[in-house]
Amino acid sequence: MPVEVRLPTLLRPAAGGAPSATVDGSTVGEVLHSLEAVHPGLAGQVLTDDGSLHRFVNVYLNDDDVRYLDRLDTAVASGDVLSILPAVAGGAQ
Amino acid sequence: MAVSGNVLELIGNTPVVDVSALSPNPSVRLLVKLEGANPGGSVKDRVALSLVEDAERHGMLSPGATLIEPSSGNTGIGLALVCRVKGYHLKVVLPGNVSIERRQLLELWGAEIVESPGSEGSNGAVRMARRVAAEHPEWVFLYQYANPANPLAHYHGTGPEIFRDVPDVTHFVAGLGTSGTLLGVGRYLKEQRAEIEVWAVEPPTGEMIDGLRNLDDGYIPPIFGELGGEKLLDRKTMVGPRDSIEWTRRLADVGIFAGLSTGAAMAGAVRCARQIREGVVVLLSPDGGWKYLSTGAWTGDIDEVAERARKVIYF
Repeated sequence: MPVEVRLPTLLRPAAGGAPSATVDGSTVGEVLHSLEAVHPGLAGQVLTDDGSLHRFVNVYLNDDDVRYLDRLDTAVASGDVLSILPAVAGGAQ
Repeated sequence: MAVSGNVLELIGNTPVVDVSALSPNPSVRLLVKLEGANPGGSVKDRVALSLVEDAERHGMLSPGATLIEPSSGNTGIGLALVCRVKGYHLKVVLPGNVSIERRQLLELWGAEIVESPGSEGSNGAVRMARRVAAEHPEWVFLYQYANPANPLAHYHGTGPEIFRDVPDVTHFVAGLGTSGTLLGVGRYLKEQRAEIEVWAVEPPTGEMIDGLRNLDDGYIPPIFGELGGEKLLDRKTMVGPRDSIEWTRRLADVGIFAGLSTGAAMAGAVRCARQIREGVVVLLSPDGGWKYLSTGAWTGDIDEVAERARKVIYF
């Protein structure tokens, strides 16, 4: 299933400068692995060596942080948008 | 109402108002807790008082002491109020791109502003405050991001108030900044009834941070990790400036004049209401709308205002 993955400025160099990529997969984990196949080195910055999400990376399915859904097993459907964003000090009033 | 001997006694016990008229689901009630009713104008008055009184109890503050704290606004304003009343000096490290009203409030209570690069957002302010605090061990650095007195203000205050006023609450929705509100209220509510859900709303700030050179420069508030934030939250959802402004305006339609982060929390509460069958959702409004008038949030073309809001920190 084709899913659009939006990349943060930081990761665009690993994707030849592109702001997003459309790849296949039926879960968040599969999509990230497809992304790695298209842009080698990219998923390596998002996932740790043991295959879990990098601590300072948030992945959103549409608007929901996948850590609070089923993490990398979260199902994705055609037309969904995955956004990868770095974790930063939020508004922090 | 009794007469208060001191403005700090007015902090807390904020009102809750029913805004179910805006609920997309007739079986879900939406209730807003209005923290703008605090004397310094925001929820952060609670945190400021808790941080300072905790430091006093631990003997960290001698009379006339100087405090330093990074803040994009409300914590600085709350601390400025508390420090003015208690006789401490305050230096606030503030990103250059916060709204003008925030600076004016800090100055009127005598706080000194130390500016950090606006392009680095709150991350930059935190970094600079940590550096300056390390260079000046004689200043007291309360560091709201890592100080348990921050969530404790909500565990002892905001949370019990919500449960007292809304005993049938099923969901709590609030913005995620330092994570203090969500950790404190969330833990208290789940201790009363484990099935109460805690939803976090956050702005998509990641994109506006230029100072981030690689992912290891990221930041998660130490209290979030140490107090089990990831286990406590049931959901985390991202709300952009346009949705925040739209819901800030719709709240004004029912008479509620609140800041843009309230619009974001409301957008999150509405998403929640759409996804559940029935329930009672309490959302936290961090502040009133006064500090945001200069953004044109209520009157300008919504797309232009949203574009401007991307460049101003409002959470």
